[in-house]
Amino acid sequence: MNGDKIPAGAAAAFAAVALLVAIALIGPWATPNDIASLDWAHVAAYPSLTGAHWLGTDRLGRDLFARTLEGLRVSLAVACVASAISLSVGIAYGAVAGYAGGRWDHFMMRFIEVLSGLPLIFFVIFLTVIFGRSQYLLFFAIGAIGWLTMARIVRGLTLSIREREFIEAAVASGAGAGRIILKHVVPNLMGPVIVYATLTIPQIILFESFLSFLGLGIQEPHASLGTLIAEGAGEMEAAPWILLVPGGVLAVLLVCLNIVGDGLRDAVVGRE
Amino acid sequence: MTPASAGGAPPALAIDDLSVSFRGRHGTINAVRQATLNVFPAECVGIVGESGSGKTQTFMAVMGLLSAAASAVGSVRFEGREILGAPVSELNRVRGSKLTMVFQDPMSSLTPHLKVGVQLAEVLVKHSRMSWREAENAALRVLERVRVPEARRRLRQYPHELSGGMRQRVMIGMSLLCEPSLLIADEPTTALDVTVQAQIMDILRAMRAESHMAIVLISHDLGLVAGLADRIVVMYAGRVVESAGAADLLGRAVHPYTAALLKCVPDLRAPRLERMPSLAGQPPSAWSLGTGCAFAPRCPSARERCNSERPVLRDVDGTAHQAACHYPL
Repeated sequence: MNGDKIPAGAAAAFAAVALLVAIALIGPWATPNDIASLDWAHVAAYPSLTGAHWLGTDRLGRDLFARTLEGLRVSLAVACVASAISLSVGIAYGAVAGYAGGRWDHFMMRFIEVLSGLPLIFFVIFLTVIFGRSQYLLFFAIGAIGWLTMARIVRGLTLSIREREFIEAAVASGAGAGRIILKHVVPNLMGPVIVYATLTIPQIILFESFLSFLGLGIQEPHASLGTLIAEGAGEMEAAPWILLVPGGVLAVLLVCLNIVGDGLRDAVVGRE
Repeated sequence: MTPASAGGAPPALAIDDLSVSFRGRHGTINAVRQATLNVFPAECVGIVGESGSGKTQTFMAVMGLLSAAASAVGSVRFEGREILGAPVSELNRVRGSKLTMVFQDPMSSLTPHLKVGVQLAEVLVKHSRMSWREAENAALRVLERVRVPEARRRLRQYPHELSGGMRQRVMIGMSLLCEPSLLIADEPTTALDVTVQAQIMDILRAMRAESHMAIVLISHDLGLVAGLADRIVVMYAGRVVESAGAADLLGRAVHPYTAALLKCVPDLRAPRLERMPSLAGQPPSAWSLGTGCAFAPRCPSARERCNSERPVLRDVDGTAHQAACHYPL
């Protein structure tokens, strides 16, 4: 990036996200406490740095630090897997539709419109009824919805790149459609696509939290930030930390991801 | 002057009765009307005409690059094989190897995110099944042929790091990689400034001398074309109106349109004029063309017959000089 200065805010936010990811990854080894073991001596204990439970315990006596790390890890995993699915499917579908154009484009885009007309929650409930509740299903379901918007964005970008002269030059040099899409179209749209992907990760985390809050997502004893918040919301008056700890982590993560996404977008827009 | 044109070797490119039309919201636009022209091996043909005369669309049809809204009828044979409407896979065997094209704007004709060396090598990897290493060596040699300074360093650079003239040289080099039998250069110097223009023309001239390659040079600039072409074809309103050996055409244009064009070429030695000479009137709209000669409304020597009957391209002086005019000058 030709020595462009990365804004200090975005750099700090990126560092914070990296720190959260690192903590989430080393989580299971960072605390002696287990996510599922019950400590009957300390039920709904206050957070205390000197005690056995740094961030306190929930109403069953489970260590909140360990559970928050678990929740962070699950939320990040959902975000990564779902955005990987939406990226790969969305780019492939959008680039093919945009490059093919004409009737193909028309048909492929109408198909997307039909899919995005389906109510999300209904779709997820429907899947859980058929396949039963599982983490993997959640990954798949969120990714299956995320690619629709990605495909639209990629298709729009492809339509404009397709008209650029270097594509005509590539056609005149005898390159086939597959080669042109892979080597000359897709790499040229990666800038905006990566920015968009960064901005969708917070949406996915929120959506997962929302589904888990409703009981459609992650199941006990596993936790995501969403299930932890749901649990905490029930104890809000008696033991607010059970809500505040996972809620605070989620808020920090989302704010930082959004700042990183905005910074990336500014960098890409500034370059073109 | 015109190698093999009077008979002997078959043409490298034979365009026969080619028409290109665009379906638009306001009706059909006929960009090219029954154009017929041949390009013989190792011959350089200049195609001259003003904007909208159909010169570019004719060769877009040859390359199979017409937009989706266009349709082409007629026949285009390249080295004896029909390529108009041929399946893309068949077209892709000749496009970029035996039949290549250099575009007007070198600034946007190279893929921005790929290094120059990769783009050049890709052509050879695709068409000649070379390994990447061999292809890169060949790319280096071709850059040296088109006189790109510091060729080895250029291979590692991105298109935006090169100047316009350098990029056009890279494009010409790319079109030469597979030893084409026909190179179509569509206004290769229009986007460049005048000194660079001269360099590019020098390179085209040198490439022509080195290899047994035919060149089609499309331009609106008669002077530019005259410097390179063996034969010049003049197009007006989608039709070929005159075709002759370069010296013959410049010295003795028989079609009034060609004569008028020649009058518009400024001459540095002539006394200064008050105004640049120009053609009266507008080129005809592509929608409304009567039954007569398209040039008749602007033609100083038009008569009654010109408005009612369309002149066909016929021999003026053997097959070497043809014109479509009832009353040639």
